[in-house]
Amino acid sequence: MENLKILEDRKGQVFEKGKDKFDLLCGVKSASGAVSQRACVFCGSRVVLYPITDALHLVHGPIGCAAYTWDIRGSLSSGPSVNRMSFSTDLRELDVVYGGADKLYKAASSLIDKHSPKAAFIYSTCIVGLIGDDVESVCRKLTLEKGIPVIHVDSEGFKGTKKDGYRAACEALAKLVGTGDISGVVPVSINILGEFNLAGEAWIIRDYYRRMGVNVNAVITGDARVEDIKRAHGAALNVVQCSGSMTYLAKIMEEKYKIPYIRVSYFGLEDMTSALYDVAAFFKDSPEILERAKTVVKGEVDAIMGELLKYRNELRGKKAALYVGGAFKAFSLIKALRVIGMDVVLAGSQTGNKEDYEDLKKISDEGTIIIDDANPQELSRFITEKKADILIGGVKERPIAYKIGIGFCDHNHERKTALAGYEGMLNFAREVYSSVMSPVWKFVPRNDAFGGKRGRP
Amino acid sequence: MKTREAPVSVTNACKLCSPLGAVLAFKGIEGAVCILHGSQGCATYIRRYMISHYKEPLDVASSSFSEDAAVFGGAASLMQGLDNLIKQYRPAVIGIATTCLSETIGDDVGRILQDYVKNRGAAKLPALINVSTPAYKGTHADGFLAAAKSAVEALAEKSEKENTLNLFPGMVSPEDIRHLKELLADFGIEYTLFPDYSETMDAGQWGGYKLIPPGGTPVKSLKNTANAALTIEFGISAQNGDSPGKFLEEKFGVKNVNMPLPIGVKATDNFIEKLEEISGATVPDKYLFERGRLIDSYVDAHKYVFGVKAAVFGDEDMVAAMAVFLDEIGMVPSICASGAPAGKLEKYLRSAITDFDGKGITVLEDADFEIIEGAVEKTSPAVMIGSSKGYKISRKLDIPLIRCAFPVHDRIGGARIALAGYTGTQKIFDSIVNSLLEARQDASPVGFSYM
Repeated sequence: MENLKILEDRKGQVFEKGKDKFDLLCGVKSASGAVSQRACVFCGSRVVLYPITDALHLVHGPIGCAAYTWDIRGSLSSGPSVNRMSFSTDLRELDVVYGGADKLYKAASSLIDKHSPKAAFIYSTCIVGLIGDDVESVCRKLTLEKGIPVIHVDSEGFKGTKKDGYRAACEALAKLVGTGDISGVVPVSINILGEFNLAGEAWIIRDYYRRMGVNVNAVITGDARVEDIKRAHGAALNVVQCSGSMTYLAKIMEEKYKIPYIRVSYFGLEDMTSALYDVAAFFKDSPEILERAKTVVKGEVDAIMGELLKYRNELRGKKAALYVGGAFKAFSLIKALRVIGMDVVLAGSQTGNKEDYEDLKKISDEGTIIIDDANPQELSRFITEKKADILIGGVKERPIAYKIGIGFCDHNHERKTALAGYEGMLNFAREVYSSVMSPVWKFVPRNDAFGGKRGRP
Repeated sequence: MKTREAPVSVTNACKLCSPLGAVLAFKGIEGAVCILHGSQGCATYIRRYMISHYKEPLDVASSSFSEDAAVFGGAASLMQGLDNLIKQYRPAVIGIATTCLSETIGDDVGRILQDYVKNRGAAKLPALINVSTPAYKGTHADGFLAAAKSAVEALAEKSEKENTLNLFPGMVSPEDIRHLKELLADFGIEYTLFPDYSETMDAGQWGGYKLIPPGGTPVKSLKNTANAALTIEFGISAQNGDSPGKFLEEKFGVKNVNMPLPIGVKATDNFIEKLEEISGATVPDKYLFERGRLIDSYVDAHKYVFGVKAAVFGDEDMVAAMAVFLDEIGMVPSICASGAPAGKLEKYLRSAITDFDGKGITVLEDADFEIIEGAVEKTSPAVMIGSSKGYKISRKLDIPLIRCAFPVHDRIGGARIALAGYTGTQKIFDSIVNSLLEARQDASPVGFSYM
């Protein structure tokens, strides 16, 4: 590894516990020319709204943005799947010259007629504003003509970071919330915000709450239906899992509908358990909910503990590096990894905020690297320096880990294995175990008994 | 031929945007890194898309446009990006590709780079190659070709004429590139193959991270392309309009020959004959044996493939060559579809396949997967041949899918797809035949364990 320096523009975003003292710089745009692992505003909006299964998602722009997000998430549906299709207005040169609003109108109109969605989201990409398309007015017109909400998602890629895309998605969702009939919603009801039903995770979590006697009114947006979102204001509490993306919607709902919210995480034994107990504590007028929660927790923990301990014995002292979307998840994962005996030597995120990073600093061991908006160079450097055995991250990070010759666990939105909840914790442990303990690592140059001399490195 | 109006929308695109192609072409230059002049998302999406196929790290920088840049121009962003990129990567070459955003606001990248070079001093800088790749114009295949041409245009330098060959194979796999290089070496031909991403996009284990993967066409060789005796370009995408081969022919008088991708006996024979002609050598025995085995397998399997319909979809260079190969073995390429703009594919197939009209071949140009699905439903081919993006149709209609083209996102081995030459053809032929046999076996009410 060439030992290159951290870019001057990025020095405030890399921190080593025990050595550095400053506040981590975060929430800033990626430095130009740095190879960020982040995407753009559009990406933020698209991933959040993607799991709404009975909505049409039309990307207004040239073909790339729609093509790169076709069937991109591991979010499962129990019914419709129109969300898994990729629709684009495929803007071409003449559209750029003369404007694309007419094309957008025709495209959306014919696609709505063809697929009969319950709502349509129209995503603006980079050039839409520049060529002067009035997407709002197309949406208003279509809403009237088609009798379904046609909502503009203001997600022009360059207008901020991925976080601004989350915000645009929340604004789009806020237009739906409050428009449905809530007369049938029972009092002990919650919404789960920022749970995307990757590999069926929302179903797992829903079941825990059901067994506690808590009704899950709407999951936003995992396996969501437009109708659920419209009725979301009927719940007593918002439970926010992916806080980076959904806190803004929770705040809007708190202000507008007086629905309080709590922040939870469904990853790892500790945080999963808190997520159930915190909800039970909210419904303190029904003490039986807490009792049932205890039963759920006990049953679930008992069911997996034996196998988890087996992994812990094998994995004790192994080192993990984390690079995830939001820092709050890193927090859960550090705890989850400790349960299976592993130490975290690097914890980074694409979009963490100041409080997240302060919390991360507190919980981390001495010497842990904490990093905001890392690039491949920094990730690989610290992974190598800190001798990590596995990297936990997303698809873009996988080849970095594999090329260095260490294990990898996909904890991003494409995953096909449920990692949330108690059974998710077990899956996580299994996945980490089967990557870290694989015999193939003895052949990689890092560990090669022949010092890599057998093959040109 | 009926001309279809450009559709108002695309459902499940069978194409990607042009900057993606440019990134791949730049990965084929030794010591190069690439920066996309636009939003952060373009670089990240393209990386993710390509990483998932090649299973290799791929660093692509972005000039990371802000709102200010969109209003006042992206010059400052781009210059800062270049500074940072040089500091971190110390590249020999930087490929700069535009995006829809920088093109729409009218950034003149050529001009920005002139200012940059003037300001920073040319001596300290890597070679800068810029290409215009607005996503609203053409597809990733056009971006690939445009970037390849820009590189040659920027670097080729006239000096003494040499008896060398330029081979521009187009968007083929790293495995195919390796095979072509071996073939040229076995003929004893001095050559420049460009873009050569056979190592950069399909490397062994590194032991540590390499910011710039080893491999790629050396800049020195690219300079020498101006002095070659001949250029061979593969693929119909290079036929009309701009291509690196045509540029060298016009500017430096290097004769340019366009050939289809060598898939199949006939297409490979034509290519090999050309190599014999250039080198004055006869084909090494090794290739005659490969050819012999391939034809032997054609005979072994002829009954299983005769008259069997296939749907071929993807980049038009691959579709064109694959369709002609299928015709060669007696299969019917009943659907030939590409997301590329209309105009080339059908024209080529009509010229290359005898009795085209009698064979029941439907060519779909500027097509998306919804249009392809409609055609597949109508003609019920026995097999689908193309990228992994055909999976949705394959699953729905229960038709086996042979994954042999970019992208393959649901299997490993995308970089090792082999189509070119006798050995590449052998592999794809075996895959097709075996998938037909498997389907037949699965469909049998009793099953059978001997053929």
